Amino acid sequence: MGTFIPNTKEEQLKMLNEIGYKDFDDLFKHIPAEAKVKGKLNLPEGKSEIEVDRIVSGLAAKNTVFRSIFRGAGAYNHYVPSAVDAIANKEEFLTAYTPYQAEISQGILQSIFEYQTMIAELTDMDIANASLYDGASAAAEACAMFKDRKHSTIYVSEAVDERIRTVINTYSFGRNTEVKIVPKKNGVTDKAELEKMLAEDPASACFLMQYPNYYGIIEDADELCKITHDNDAKFIMYVNPISMGVLKTPGEIGADACIGEGQPLGLGLEFGGPYLGFLAANQKFMRQIPGRLIGETVDSKGDRGFVLTLQAREQHIRREKASSNICSNEALCALKAGIYMSTIGPKGLKQVATLCSSKAHYMADELAKAGLERSHDGEFFNEFATKCADADKLLAALEAKGILGGLKLECGCILWCCTELNTREDIDEVIATVKEVF
Amino acid sequence: MKLIFEKSISGRGQDIFPACDVPEVLPKVELRKTTAHLPEISENEMGRHYTALAKRAHGVNDGFYPLGSCTMKHNPRINEKMASLPGFVNLHPLQPAHTVKGANELISGLEAALCEITGMDAVTFQPAAGAHGEFTGLLLIKAYHQDRGDFERNEIIVPDSAHGTNPASATMAGFKTIEIKSNENGMVDLESLKEKLGPHTAGLMLTNPNTVGLFDENIMEITRLVHEAGGLCYYDGANLNAVMGIVRPADIGFDVIHMNLHKTFSTPHGGGGPGSGPCGCKEFLKPFIPGLTCKDGKEYTRAEKSIGNMTGFYGNFLVMVKAYTYILTLGAEGIPAASSNAVLNANYMQEKLKDIYPVAFDTTCMHEFVLCLQDIYKDTHVSALDVAKALLDYGIHPPTMYFPLIVHEALMIEPTETETKETMDEAITAFREIYDLLRKEPEAVQACPQTTPVLRLDEVKAAREPVLKYKFD
Repeated sequence: MGTFIPNTKEEQLKMLNEIGYKDFDDLFKHIPAEAKVKGKLNLPEGKSEIEVDRIVSGLAAKNTVFRSIFRGAGAYNHYVPSAVDAIANKEEFLTAYTPYQAEISQGILQSIFEYQTMIAELTDMDIANASLYDGASAAAEACAMFKDRKHSTIYVSEAVDERIRTVINTYSFGRNTEVKIVPKKNGVTDKAELEKMLAEDPASACFLMQYPNYYGIIEDADELCKITHDNDAKFIMYVNPISMGVLKTPGEIGADACIGEGQPLGLGLEFGGPYLGFLAANQKFMRQIPGRLIGETVDSKGDRGFVLTLQAREQHIRREKASSNICSNEALCALKAGIYMSTIGPKGLKQVATLCSSKAHYMADELAKAGLERSHDGEFFNEFATKCADADKLLAALEAKGILGGLKLECGCILWCCTELNTREDIDEVIATVKEVF
Repeated sequence: MKLIFEKSISGRGQDIFPACDVPEVLPKVELRKTTAHLPEISENEMGRHYTALAKRAHGVNDGFYPLGSCTMKHNPRINEKMASLPGFVNLHPLQPAHTVKGANELISGLEAALCEITGMDAVTFQPAAGAHGEFTGLLLIKAYHQDRGDFERNEIIVPDSAHGTNPASATMAGFKTIEIKSNENGMVDLESLKEKLGPHTAGLMLTNPNTVGLFDENIMEITRLVHEAGGLCYYDGANLNAVMGIVRPADIGFDVIHMNLHKTFSTPHGGGGPGSGPCGCKEFLKPFIPGLTCKDGKEYTRAEKSIGNMTGFYGNFLVMVKAYTYILTLGAEGIPAASSNAVLNANYMQEKLKDIYPVAFDTTCMHEFVLCLQDIYKDTHVSALDVAKALLDYGIHPPTMYFPLIVHEALMIEPTETETKETMDEAITAFREIYDLLRKEPEAVQACPQTTPVLRLDEVKAAREPVLKYKFD
């Protein structure tokens, strides 16, 4: 069997005897007999490292790793610079707990403070927190920030990814909050409907939109923000962090809070997790922010240092009155995002955003020429939907070539995505396959 | 030490991205006018920056980490190696089911193992952390009662010794928290429980062993009383490391549980996460489970009355890979052996310290125990915080401080099973030396730490004048 217990059986027995127990049974005699497990667990016997490696590697080998990926829809195949994992896997980062003891946790605290700064810079917002679980749960937490006794209804655009909306609904089932969907029209939020719904509801708390939205379209966030604010509700933007390299930012638009999925910032696809929920907000809402916040301070000598701060919002102090129950977050993923943003810098951010946009526009043009017209008008960033007579057939043909095509939507359309990793050659291969199939 | 922004020089940077091989096109909308002040730094300088940060951190691999309730056990290297296999890392969560058979097989295998360890009938991996698992479990309880047409059950009973996440999760799930007192032995007061049970009881949340490290002897009676009142029993699995293979939560009357894979199942905590907080339940709660699962390698399905989703996809998959690797390594004998040794180590340390540092409840403990420094503080004005800070100068991560709330001046110590007798003996010596010092020279202890990269930090200033990001010139 494999074990990580260092002490030998003899040492254990000696220790037991030294503190007054005959053996392990004696140590556990205070547990009522009826509560104890009878016999052994029905699990395989323990294994050596080599055997374990073989089994788990065998499972990994059963999966298909596509050589070329044109699917996004919430998880994006970006390049992860070599430094990211090399640095993040340092054991001091990897094997530490939450930095409760600031004096020996300055490295972790400072890295998170730097991350908070970078997220605030990326989104142009005043402040950011230390991380949440993923984009979808961050969206649900952001909506809860703006609920008070007078304002309780959450409005979410239908053009927001259904997965995100489902998580918002689930959290709202908990908090007994009503969620209303603002319908979409031609792939974007129906402004007139939003205006009407908010105007009719004095209890509206906030409106959440996605930017670019689920169909890849860059909605008129300025106008949506204005409508929301004119009706006394808070405006929340769910953004693609890479798009921030070129798109007008939530800060410039005037959002009250901004959240998103941080996975594109140096995390792999990882079959959906661990990912990174980021949350940034206007300074005014500092005390409504869920989760950890790292703040700057000084030590008893007057030297700069960092601590967990504004903990009066948190569960271990406020218990049932806390702004959220979150305790563990995604610190190591936030560290990776910080390393990623340091690696690419401001120029790299613009460059990667430009690459993504350019390739997606090239692909959209070429697909249109090959007969796959776009499903919507409207400007897009790196995702777009096209009509397709037989999506299953095309996607199967691509899969046979080791290409993960776009995602088939309920309407039968395909939602395509390009990143900097898709070369012109790869795109041309997809186009050639379209021509073969149809 | 400088912030990375203070090391940034305009024009420096790293070359990651290639030239564009298609015409450059940006969307025809109003574009960003501001520039994000991200660092401009060479790879070498960046590497040194983070290495310097790493040197100012303390992980399990740096030294003893007896942080109570957090189970800071060794994080095996094989776990990391398996979680970095390209066949896991490069999977898109929305790939066709037949292309991710291995991943889903692993998830099913882990579910089966956790069901065996806890006695539950199903596990969902949607929750990304322990508190998230609590929230999930409470939503299952809520959905169950409402599905039976019972909308009156809006109270969750929580002992005063509970983790802060318990009442906070209850609030998030829309319940009112009803606190019950602990008795003089640190266990659930049965009379207090009986008083609070009634037609509004949705359930009870309990950690067993509880947060003072004691196994509640009345556990069968407690869960029976809750069930009789029509409530369900929720097991906070934060302390599962004490009882694996010894007691199964489902066998002692619990209906729902969350586990912390980043505690009990050896996946690292990453300086605060990512964790994974799978939620297990009995058969009758299965219809409410969140998320999509794929059991047949062909298609994803959702439980018929599913509460929805807790995360965007399937939870923290790579953390599951690590936990599965760990369970395969330990197996049927290794899992109970881990818990047994965790309990032995805790009792060993308790026995060696209790003559000078009074134990909150002097009896056989499970995987952790709580010292009560109230009298020491009265005599010397040296607090639990001071003793904790003094340990820093010994290179030991201090125990959990001031928790549970029912013990004053508390230090909660959890050595875990992966520590040697020598490591614990060294820590015991450190504790004893600190004790000698606090009796002779209390100011010296109050002035600790002295050897750390920074000294005690002004938390009041941090909260009163919040600076949450770097201010650029």
